[in-house]
Amino acid sequence: MISVEHYLAVAAVLFVIGIFGIFLNRKNVIVILMSIELMLLAVNINFVAFSTHLGDLTGQVFTLFVLTVAAAEAAIGLAILVCFFRVRGTIAVENINVMKG
Amino acid sequence: MTVTLFAFYLFAFTAILSGFFVVIARNPVHSVLWLILTFFSAAGLFVLMGAEYVAMLLAIVYVGAVAVLFLFVVMMLDVDFVELKSGMQKYFLIGAAIGIVLLMEIGLVIGHWNVAPEAGSLLQSPTPSLADAHNTLALGQIIYTDYIYLFQIAGLILLTAMIGAIVLTLRHRTDVKRQNVVDQMQRDPSKAIEMINVKPGQGL
Repeated sequence: MISVEHYLAVAAVLFVIGIFGIFLNRKNVIVILMSIELMLLAVNINFVAFSTHLGDLTGQVFTLFVLTVAAAEAAIGLAILVCFFRVRGTIAVENINVMKG
Repeated sequence: MTVTLFAFYLFAFTAILSGFFVVIARNPVHSVLWLILTFFSAAGLFVLMGAEYVAMLLAIVYVGAVAVLFLFVVMMLDVDFVELKSGMQKYFLIGAAIGIVLLMEIGLVIGHWNVAPEAGSLLQSPTPSLADAHNTLALGQIIYTDYIYLFQIAGLILLTAMIGAIVLTLRHRTDVKRQNVVDQMQRDPSKAIEMINVKPGQGL
């Protein structure tokens, strides 16, 4: 029988892979966005695992909203990326220092 | 080993391996393709948990929309990805160290937790039995009643994202000819043609 801990372990490993990806690809903002998607997926797995384990549908409703926000975030992030590429001709996020902030 | 357990380990290892390949792949197009495989495996895990609606949503929204959006952008931008990969070895060790520490911390939590004794009475919206309503029906019954305002707000978030993405990427090119609808509609037929009575032998 598959316990809830099995799913939590998978979600934990996926979340850590997402964080590892952000560290590994510090220049490539596309892969950073994909790593964020991986982390959100891990969170979704946690939500659904607890939702089915405890018999409460609210977790799955929350997953829908996480999905919504993830989709919106990807769309906005990629739009900003396209804008940035038009201005600078590269997507290396290390040299985003135009505003000297 | 039962079929369920086999399916779980298949999906789990596929998800983790392809998730790992997402972050270490040299070519971002390969990264996106591994990401799609990760989403499909996670959808399989959701089906195993009995959350079919979220699984289908993951396959449709994530694979059909988000991953394809990534693919479009990766293929549209002309980027030198070899140069972007140059710092990878430098960050590998620190990233792996932080990842292992974090994984051990999360592992400690997963190993030692208990459901509170009163958890059963705190359920916000208990899952109806499978004979009464399947997953999609049960979710629909609470989304469109208890969570209708949140559902509307989710729609507004998507609308905001859509408007934002359009505004961000829209550019007005001045070097092309465009149709001016207002000018066309305000064109007066009486002023469009001018009749000139030219006298013979004089010209204009």
